Amino acid sequence: MLRCSAILLAAATFAAAQSHKYSVGGTPSPEEIRNLGPSIGPNGDGLPAGSGSAVAGRGVYAAKCASCHGDKGQGGTGGPALAGGKGTLTTPKPLKTVGSYWPYATTLWDYTNRAMPFYQPRQLTPDEVYAVVGYVLFINGIVGENQIMDARSLPKVRMPNRDGFVADSRPDVGKQ
Amino acid sequence: MKNKLLSSRRRMLGLGAAVGSSLFAADDEPERPGTPLGPYTERSPFEKAVRWTRQSKTPETGNSFTPLQDSVGILTPSALHYERHHAGIPAIDPAKHRLVIHGMVERPLVLTMDEIKRLPTVSRIHVLECGGNSAGEWGAKTAPDVQRSFGAASCSEWTGVPLSLLLAEVGVKPAASWVIAEGADACRMLRSIPLAKALDNILLAFGQNGEALRPAQGYPLRLIIPGWEGNTNVKWLRSLRVTNQPYMARDETSKYTDLMPDGKARIFTYQMEAKSVITFPSGGQKLPGPALYELTGLAWSGRGKIERVEITIDGGRTWVDAHLQEPRLPIAFTRFRLPWQWEGKAARICSRATDESGYVQPSRDALIQARGTNSIFHFNGTKLWDVHADGTVTNVEV
Repeated sequence: MLRCSAILLAAATFAAAQSHKYSVGGTPSPEEIRNLGPSIGPNGDGLPAGSGSAVAGRGVYAAKCASCHGDKGQGGTGGPALAGGKGTLTTPKPLKTVGSYWPYATTLWDYTNRAMPFYQPRQLTPDEVYAVVGYVLFINGIVGENQIMDARSLPKVRMPNRDGFVADSRPDVGKQ
Repeated sequence: MKNKLLSSRRRMLGLGAAVGSSLFAADDEPERPGTPLGPYTERSPFEKAVRWTRQSKTPETGNSFTPLQDSVGILTPSALHYERHHAGIPAIDPAKHRLVIHGMVERPLVLTMDEIKRLPTVSRIHVLECGGNSAGEWGAKTAPDVQRSFGAASCSEWTGVPLSLLLAEVGVKPAASWVIAEGADACRMLRSIPLAKALDNILLAFGQNGEALRPAQGYPLRLIIPGWEGNTNVKWLRSLRVTNQPYMARDETSKYTDLMPDGKARIFTYQMEAKSVITFPSGGQKLPGPALYELTGLAWSGRGKIERVEITIDGGRTWVDAHLQEPRLPIAFTRFRLPWQWEGKAARICSRATDESGYVQPSRDALIQARGTNSIFHFNGTKLWDVHADGTVTNVEV
């Protein structure tokens, strides 16, 4: 009898492991979530407070970006071109830049904030990121020099190649 | 007879093993004991197969390619797995590493590596291929050897916890539709993954080929997304944010989108399609003379198992089925082989794979006709090799 209930108990424990939560891990504190840093959705989700325009961004760009991306965003030692390339996407040598290719301005904020400058990432303040994003958009002719970039205005920026992307239609070749 | 010919082929080709065996001759009957046992073994010093690394102005963002021409069987040694990094390889202490799962979930979680490893674990053998593998094959001049043309693909046994299990733990809210994965490398690599795929067959992998992931492969934790382009398999994974929208990250908009001839670009081109290549004889190798050889190579598909590999030796006029080595695993390298009596005449050879979905690997010409030459990513066309009368082997588009 005793042996029989031990088997039943073992079976019940096994079933519990199959159907209930494993109860591993803890609840992240607000600080742990905050420390992950912002990730920005195309609707502006996650954009922090702060602001800046191309006027302020010109100096940030010269100090932090120009050495790799060129003084006018034309590309240079290590970094790709950030400006130009308009009208090249159907040519044999497409130049894919923020101005000619990127569909969302929020992506520029997110990537600059998370990954740039390449050798010193995440050193820019939110104001500096807004400002330098404004500057890169300005040299592409997308925003004015004095236009203020912030959490409200940036997601509304209409990128020239916003409608340049289509869903994956493969398999397009190789179908039986 | 056949065996003799095969072994002479190995010697005369000067493959690493053959060079080793001749130099090892004195040790075939050793007169003294060899070296003592060791804690972690290196390969023989006679073995020289190494990755090839593409030159880059920023070496931290480079590509390296697996020497598929030296590969035997279906697994890639971890030390020869291809690499693609966007900001170098971080050095992460697993005791300090955390995975945070948050966003549109009922119960956000922060997990240590020990806690992740406590969960039910599975192992699966899968190919991993860079979305930009074979990018050079779109050009007028293709790469001269199999390593540089097809080597951003490798196959490993991956061990980890199904992501679906942890998503059940945190309780995904009904309105959620995407998971945003983020790495702990310097650029905080970010990719958006549809929730349906996250609930399907993704692994949170901590093991590769029987040991911990190599640092270059995401130590201590990475995503393995079977059949999807390598870049989505986020390495050094530190955060999964459940959302109701893709985040349109730099590496899913500016990069890893496929530009078509009309100037429109395909986005979220995750799926890797069926592909194969002859690894022997292949570009840069030399047949020592007319003899019976065994053609061999690798085939794989992001859509499942390889059903068939055909080989031509006459530039595509006629095709013969190759033998497929078992086990044929879904979304893994499949080794194919075919005996070939080479008479010493010029031959144009090529392999063509069919997967279990019925998809047939297209020719390079068919791909270019459909997609132009600007799409960079997802080249899976067939690869032709010219075997010349003198035994040298080259690519065709020179």
